[in-house]
Amino acid sequence: MQNIAAIFKKEFKAYFLSPIAYVFITVYLVVTNFLFFQGFFIINQADMRGYFGLLPWVFLFFVPAVTMRIWAEEKKVKTLELLLTWPISDLEVVVGKFLASFCFLAIAILLSITVPITIAILGDPDGGVIIGSYIGALLMGAAYLAIGLWVSSLTENQIVAFIIGVVITFVLFIIGNPFVTMVSPPALVPLLTYLGLGNHFESVGRGVIDSRDILYYLSVIGFFLFLNIYSIESRKWE
Amino acid sequence: MNGSSNGVMVEVQSLNKRFGDVHAVRDLSFKVNKGEVFGFLGPNGAGKSTTMRIITCYIPASSGTVRVGGLDNTVHSLEVRKKIGYLPENNPLYNDMLVDEYLTFVGEIRGLKNSALASRIDEMVQVCGLSKMVRRQIGKLSKGYRQRVGLAQAMLHNPDVVILDEPTSGLDPNQIIEIRQLIKRIGREKTVIYCSHILSEVSATCSRILIINNGTVVATGTAEELTSQMGSAGQYSLRISGEKTAIESRLRGVAGVATVSIAESSGQWHTVRVIADSKEDIGEALFRCVVDNKWSLAELRHERASLEEVFTQLTRG
Repeated sequence: MQNIAAIFKKEFKAYFLSPIAYVFITVYLVVTNFLFFQGFFIINQADMRGYFGLLPWVFLFFVPAVTMRIWAEEKKVKTLELLLTWPISDLEVVVGKFLASFCFLAIAILLSITVPITIAILGDPDGGVIIGSYIGALLMGAAYLAIGLWVSSLTENQIVAFIIGVVITFVLFIIGNPFVTMVSPPALVPLLTYLGLGNHFESVGRGVIDSRDILYYLSVIGFFLFLNIYSIESRKWE
Repeated sequence: MNGSSNGVMVEVQSLNKRFGDVHAVRDLSFKVNKGEVFGFLGPNGAGKSTTMRIITCYIPASSGTVRVGGLDNTVHSLEVRKKIGYLPENNPLYNDMLVDEYLTFVGEIRGLKNSALASRIDEMVQVCGLSKMVRRQIGKLSKGYRQRVGLAQAMLHNPDVVILDEPTSGLDPNQIIEIRQLIKRIGREKTVIYCSHILSEVSATCSRILIINNGTVVATGTAEELTSQMGSAGQYSLRISGEKTAIESRLRGVAGVATVSIAESSGQWHTVRVIADSKEDIGEALFRCVVDNKWSLAELRHERASLEEVFTQLTRG
């Protein structure tokens, strides 16, 4: 546990050692607020469905930016060789790094608290739905992070990590979209719908927390963290 | 500490490492005793860093075993890593962090806590001469100070074995001397494996040296043993005043002399280089020859093969 805590602390601090964290959070809040309030007054409904509807798209670009540095830089600066010769297991390193990036994303997500406050002033939104949606957003964000983290461990170039991260999350997102399921063989449709990253968010976004959706996100996180450990260990059978 | 026998700290046995077609380490075996500074010497690409990476559990060997303090490093990987302090080649560091933040982070991973951690950091900062730099960002330090941070990192948890992979590369001569003194100080209490391709470094700091080439051991011993083993035929340099042709022919007549050549002449004085045909000392015979011919002698020197020559002989071709 002390090892995970040490990695977590170091990685979490690392976000704030450079201006990236502040730029990231500002841009994230400005973009989501702008896109949301653009439509909010036209629809004229006191809820956040529009806001959470944006997140699967916004995360496509923002989450790989959060994770691109994490392994790529260790590989580039070669600190990986140091890190992996310290008495710490690969699992502990991966979990510590994942938790740090999760906490950072959570801060960005929770700073959008101004949105529900604004809506509450203007109307009478359903608080339960909004809280449920926030939980869903955190889960979905964590799944995106696990993917981005794994991609970062495949390269020593941050830009490459970012672009491949965007592509892979986009593919996993789009396969469950009606856009794809409409033209794919009917036998595959249930599978594709199940695998789609965004589909499980919709019901959560309506305020319904289904254990199947939670299980889905947790398995995506688990699967990609496992791949991450595997890719770190791959140095051993080169 | 536990389980180590006969004072052997690191034991490498018939180690092999292949990267695809490249056979980087071939059947390498050696032992490092407790409390010695062991020089691991070889030209670039000889397999030094690969061997160190295997010992430190970064990559596994293709075959062969490594024991540190009696523990097999594939079976007891985490235990072995606790015993080792490692400064990898090119000294990678987290450039964003401050020096004390970094050392705290390393200490936490090393299992140090609170006051024990604080006192170890203080000690390392003192030993490595970092006291003025603790609140500086690592990325902004000079190369010499970065190296000290790397050394502090390697010794923070008071390890049994310290492995240093080219710790002085890229430093200026003053810094090299400082780091060398630091390593000598460490070597008084700890087992140190010191990798380098620079000979003067190794001969100045190490009690025993292993020379590796193309992944195999080509020689091992103390610096003196290596030079005497390899110091094949003796070479002598003389400064004699006399007649040039007479000097050449008479010296050639001395028993045991292979070649005589005049390297330099100024007026009556000639610098003569004599090479013996065996390891036998012919210094006295040369002196007698000079006296018998009534020449004046200003200098008679037996030139031993330097470690440098030994190294080139062993690692070339």
